[in-house]
Amino acid sequence: MTLPFLILALLTLAGGVAAMTLRRLVHCALALAVSFAGLAGLYLNLGAEFAGLAQLLVYVGAIAILIVFVILLTRGGDADPDSSFSPASAGSVVIALAVFAVLAWAVNTSSLAHVATLQPAPPSDKTGTLQIGQALMQHYVLPLEVIGLMLTAAMIGAVILALRDKRIAAEPKDSELRAS
Amino acid sequence: MNPLAGCLLVSALLFAIGLAGAITRRSAILVLAGIELMLSAANLNFIAFWRFGPHPEALTGLIFVIFSIAVAAAEAAVGLALILAIYRHAKTSDVSEIREMRG
Repeated sequence: MTLPFLILALLTLAGGVAAMTLRRLVHCALALAVSFAGLAGLYLNLGAEFAGLAQLLVYVGAIAILIVFVILLTRGGDADPDSSFSPASAGSVVIALAVFAVLAWAVNTSSLAHVATLQPAPPSDKTGTLQIGQALMQHYVLPLEVIGLMLTAAMIGAVILALRDKRIAAEPKDSELRAS
Repeated sequence: MNPLAGCLLVSALLFAIGLAGAITRRSAILVLAGIELMLSAANLNFIAFWRFGPHPEALTGLIFVIFSIAVAAAEAAVGLALILAIYRHAKTSDVSEIREMRG
């Protein structure tokens, strides 16, 4: 547990708490971006350069901005901030705390958490970005193709879902014509 | 407490925060954000076990995280498009106002 790890963990958790408790939706989205950036820092701190930078690009660069766009498009920015929590939120927080308690208990009672000599493997040239690229292109090439197909399908689906449906808008006119 | 347990505890706390947000917030956008936080917590676990596991050169945890990030991006795009479509239909993105399919 080094100081950079603690700072990054604190940033991530504070960003997450702020994203889930602030009342204005735009503030929530920005706190979410901070939390994702802290998580990318944690990945980099753990020695996963490619995953950290991919996290920064995809989550902070794309998903957080997409969320801001949707908040502004759905007029969530000027929604009534007083009604932003569900009435049963106290019970839900208790449930979430219970889930955390069970997970923390599981971590604390596992034998792995008490190995005092557990050290990260020394940094080697076998876990760099070059090796990730080679693994993706050789051993994991079929999952890579499948994920590419899935991303394409998801993007087409998102565009079709978000398109304004002209048939629904035109239907009343047809019925009017038929009525007249 | 060793570094692996620290990572796992941070990840568990992040998961609990995401879960609390997903079930307390009324805005559908923030429910989606809570789900993204939970997915990220799982990714942190993968990275931690990859880093402190016996065979980091096998790269399995890292590759899984990369695929998981791609799936999360697709999920966010489709989810936000769904929220936009529902907003256009119901004029609200409040999950407790949308009750047309309530049984």
